[in-house]
Amino acid sequence: MTDVPHLSLHVPEPAVRPGGQPDFSNVKIAKAGSVPRPPVDVAPEEVRDLAYSIIRVLNREGEAVGPWAGLLSDEELLAGLRNMMKLRAFDARMLMAQRQGKTSFYMQHLGEEAVSCAFRKALNKGDMNFPTYRQAGLLIADDYPMVEMMNQIYSNEADPLRGRQLPIMYSSKEHGFFTISGNLATQYVQAVGWAMASAIRNDTKIAAAWIGDGSTAESDFHSALVFASTYKAPVILNIVNNQWAISTFQGIARGGSGTFAARGLGFGIPALRVDGNDYLAVYAVAKWAAERARRNLGPTLIEYVTYRVGAHSTSDDPSAYRPKTESEAWPLGDPVLRLKKHLIVRGVWSEERHAQAEAEILDEVILAQKQAESHGTLHAGGRPSVRDIFEGVYAEMPAHIRRQRQKAGY
Amino acid sequence: MARMTMIEAVRSAMDVSMGRDDHVVVFGEDVGYFGGVFRCTQGLQAKYGKTRCFDTPINESGILGTAIGMAAYGLKPCIEIQFADYMYPAYDQITQEAARIRYRSNGDFTCPIVVRMPTGGGIFGGQTHSQSPEALFTHVCGLKVIVPSNPYDAKGLLIAAIEDPDPVMFLEPKRLYNGPFDGHHEKPVTPWSKHDLGEVPDGHYTIPIGKAEVRRQGEAVTVVAYGTMVHVALAAAEETGIDAEVIDLRSLLPLDLDTIVQSVKKTGRCVVVHEATLTSGFGGEVVSLVQEHCFYNLEAPIVRVTGWDTPYPHAQEWDYFPGPARVGRALKEVMEG
Repeated sequence: MTDVPHLSLHVPEPAVRPGGQPDFSNVKIAKAGSVPRPPVDVAPEEVRDLAYSIIRVLNREGEAVGPWAGLLSDEELLAGLRNMMKLRAFDARMLMAQRQGKTSFYMQHLGEEAVSCAFRKALNKGDMNFPTYRQAGLLIADDYPMVEMMNQIYSNEADPLRGRQLPIMYSSKEHGFFTISGNLATQYVQAVGWAMASAIRNDTKIAAAWIGDGSTAESDFHSALVFASTYKAPVILNIVNNQWAISTFQGIARGGSGTFAARGLGFGIPALRVDGNDYLAVYAVAKWAAERARRNLGPTLIEYVTYRVGAHSTSDDPSAYRPKTESEAWPLGDPVLRLKKHLIVRGVWSEERHAQAEAEILDEVILAQKQAESHGTLHAGGRPSVRDIFEGVYAEMPAHIRRQRQKAGY
Repeated sequence: MARMTMIEAVRSAMDVSMGRDDHVVVFGEDVGYFGGVFRCTQGLQAKYGKTRCFDTPINESGILGTAIGMAAYGLKPCIEIQFADYMYPAYDQITQEAARIRYRSNGDFTCPIVVRMPTGGGIFGGQTHSQSPEALFTHVCGLKVIVPSNPYDAKGLLIAAIEDPDPVMFLEPKRLYNGPFDGHHEKPVTPWSKHDLGEVPDGHYTIPIGKAEVRRQGEAVTVVAYGTMVHVALAAAEETGIDAEVIDLRSLLPLDLDTIVQSVKKTGRCVVVHEATLTSGFGGEVVSLVQEHCFYNLEAPIVRVTGWDTPYPHAQEWDYFPGPARVGRALKEVMEG
């Protein structure tokens, strides 16, 4: 008998658990401005390094530096800050509304506001996002009415989705926002199909797919990469790596791969990693990818490195699986504070103006909330009709559903 | 009017639809250059170009997922799953996505896709090339489910499916592709060229989805069947001499309940036949509806004839397949009951 060692199973663990000292020393952060900006028609094999670095524009002093800087005007940056502040205020009010029993469920963006708000700016009217549940900044930054979002969250009588969907599962074709499913990763490959259709029709529109770090483990993520790679679809494949999939740290989905972005390399898809808490960097990378798609150069994969400061949802308590102070130790800071600092350094913003803007935004959100609540909340006031259960399963109601509706008394 | 096999009829339906509407696209595994393993899409790529008829990676979830995205854009994809047995990786996309996009978005987005899939046994395909998964689709609200039994219907129903604003599962009984197989596997099958329903107009026509067809008028017993089993039931009626009324459902969802109820009220007896397994099969739904609507007209318990509740075997295929002898025994049973 030869002496063969017994096997053992490797189960990855995060660096720290509750009670421990938060530690992000394993997250390698490139210096702001240090990562080169290649031309958009670069060969994918020449930019493999970008899948392992982090593209950053804002440095610690709040200055915009390096080859990815200089794309946005003062006005555009001020508007971007306002969008992020609005999303944060919206989240805070809706979280409170959920705690007050006005709706069943809510999901906030705290710490991730830059990703969807800055990305929206890189798209044109008519382009289509296939979002997950944490990209409401796509709507806010496109001036979708907050009151409509709240009507949906409250499932009230003015709910554009007639009470059929969980809160925050918005849909707006007009605003380039595909109906959110609520199950995971299915939308990723649908975005590729939408982009293929645009190419089939020789259109000029592009699509954007969204997924979280945890859901990249789903088969549909890989289906999407195969189809995007094969047909060179005009799609931006976004991965928001916020470190946590509910209670599961990102190492469980990532496995032995160095980064999530590196998943694109085997498919010949250029893959970039970007500081997801840096509004300027997110915009610059999204713009680069959008230009590639629009010039028919094919898909781009982007990993946004960020941190989910809040709970996964109102049904989750992160203190059970990660140190309470972990978010304070997160090395990439807070997206709102970083852009605020940059605008102050630029000389176009101040603490006073920021405080004033915060107050104005809060008023705006409260006004929208009052308007929405005049149409009812989940358990009080106006609500969608029972008839709405039966409508819209098909374009035309078949006889068996009509019989059931009548049985229900409607 | 031309004589067509069911393969040619299906191809003609796609050809006509692609010619009339350049939003119709066709794709799937081996579907493009080669024209499909059953040759249903032969010549379409050459005629319409490779951006309208093309090969895909072997990834059913990806085929469905991209089709749903294309439909959201405004195209009308008619896609092929090479065998119905291969649809399971796509089941999430079919049930939770395609079927619900209209509902969950309140019509903001819709999903007009057709998913064609060769179905059923009788070709020595074993357990992974013989399945009849129709009940896995009829249980899903938001889908339409069609099983044609002949070339004329296949073309008219497929064109109707492509023009339909909602997702349609189109199950093609592969044993019927070349002729009206009646279960007598020991005899050569009559080709469609010698059958009335092999006469198929070249141009555009539709058959409404949700309408059954009475294939044989009869007074003694109602046989409810679809796909291959329509021809098996017709053979059983002839061979037993029992005056059965044979209903070809054509569309399972929505179901033409009126035609079934009208017939059972007349005959007072009912046999339901399908090739799929028994337990929780579509036959259970039909039986339930018949007893709800015709209870006081029934003279005997309703009988189901189906595949056994086992995987589809290879060598014992003809002991599994519910052929005319088994259907004949069921007819006698309800007549005696």
